[in-house]
Amino acid sequence: MSKGEEEVKLLGAWPSPFVLRARIALNMKSVRYEFLQETFGSKSQLLLQSNPVHKKIPVLIHGDKPVCESLIIVEYIDQVWSSPPSILPSHPYDRAVARFWAAYLDEKWFPAMKSVQGAKGEEERKALMQQLEEGLALMESAYHSVSKGKPFFGGDRVGYLDIAFGCYLGWLRVIESFSGLKLLDHAKTPGLAQWAQAFCAHDAVKPVMPETDKLIEFAKVLMAKAPPK
Amino acid sequence: MAKEEYGDVKFFGSGGSPYARRVQIALKLNGVKYQHFEEDIRNKSELLLKYNPIHKKVPVLVHNDKPIAESLVILEYIDETWKTHPLLPLNPYHRALARFWSRFIDDKVLPAIQEAAWTVEVKKREKAIEEAIEGLRYLEKELNGKFFGGETIGMVDIAAAFIAFWLPLMEEAVGLKLLTHDKFPKLHKWSQEFCSHPVVRENLPPPSRLLGFFKARYASITASK
Repeated sequence: MSKGEEEVKLLGAWPSPFVLRARIALNMKSVRYEFLQETFGSKSQLLLQSNPVHKKIPVLIHGDKPVCESLIIVEYIDQVWSSPPSILPSHPYDRAVARFWAAYLDEKWFPAMKSVQGAKGEEERKALMQQLEEGLALMESAYHSVSKGKPFFGGDRVGYLDIAFGCYLGWLRVIESFSGLKLLDHAKTPGLAQWAQAFCAHDAVKPVMPETDKLIEFAKVLMAKAPPK
Repeated sequence: MAKEEYGDVKFFGSGGSPYARRVQIALKLNGVKYQHFEEDIRNKSELLLKYNPIHKKVPVLVHNDKPIAESLVILEYIDETWKTHPLLPLNPYHRALARFWSRFIDDKVLPAIQEAAWTVEVKKREKAIEEAIEGLRYLEKELNGKFFGGETIGMVDIAAAFIAFWLPLMEEAVGLKLLTHDKFPKLHKWSQEFCSHPVVRENLPPPSRLLGFFKARYASITASK
């Protein structure tokens, strides 16, 4: 079977920002795939088999080969379906910059975002919100230097860092809604505010970006299920 | 290649840092000519802070005045820029696997090993040991050749350098037994192959100094209980 004919499955769930990365990348390449949604609260046999190490979504199954970890999946998609549009920048240095920021977001920024809802007390919540704000200030500056006046981190088109960062927008809006605070807006982060609009309106993103209202409902369900402190 | 053909390459490292050594090994394997800046992490240079303002850490690679930070990001850059010794396979699936295992080492295995070595509290230490062993088991299973990279050293081998060189010294210093020959015969053999590779050997820190550092650290944490 040629690579174009092999079946593509994506194990995931609609609220997950990491799954969203894979879906956007697949859309950009116009790859047809079967979206197998995991039931919240349980893990399917297929998931446990294809990602025994982490038992986490997303998993891309191409033919019989499972690919795990969202950013690794995005790079894989870009390499296998190599006709334009390219997702990774073409120059090695620009790729390094994009990968650096994606790593920063996943290792430093997102953990703060994840912890906000479960924060014990006002002090901790404030500290985490401040971390998020500082991170966004960094990303605003990164946006200006990387995009060089173009609409996306990837320049004229959505690229790796747009996907790596943009996947978090839905949950960021949820945090803004719960806290009553604006984190990413035209006053604080004008470049990012414009970028976010363009990103969410993009053809590859719009059909799969979860609506903030739905995420808020989902977050309420999660919080109700969380063990009492 | 003459020095000029590599461009202006600056490397910021620090003796005992396993992450910095990754980059050093990768540069040497590719025969890259570079300027070495040795950092004292207790007294970081202006240049380092200028080139890595976000994390303020080594390693940093600066190529023609453009800085790159984060060891795995740097390894990918080296692989894409200098083709003498590729670090990643060309096949997309194998490439994805190499990235997966490198991340696994950084996200799961190394933190568990650090926790296992430096935690004094018994229950926490035992849990960390279990996690470290589970991680090593996955790597043992994954190793099916001379190196993780096959016949030649690749990115996963370089990421796992900590396991080959730093871990045995830590084990000796703190009285830990993780990477035993009977439980991990392949990893054990691999660590010897890796450490005795001519380029790697020249680019690892002096073991006695590292051992002394670990012993001192262990003495200070067990004293202050």
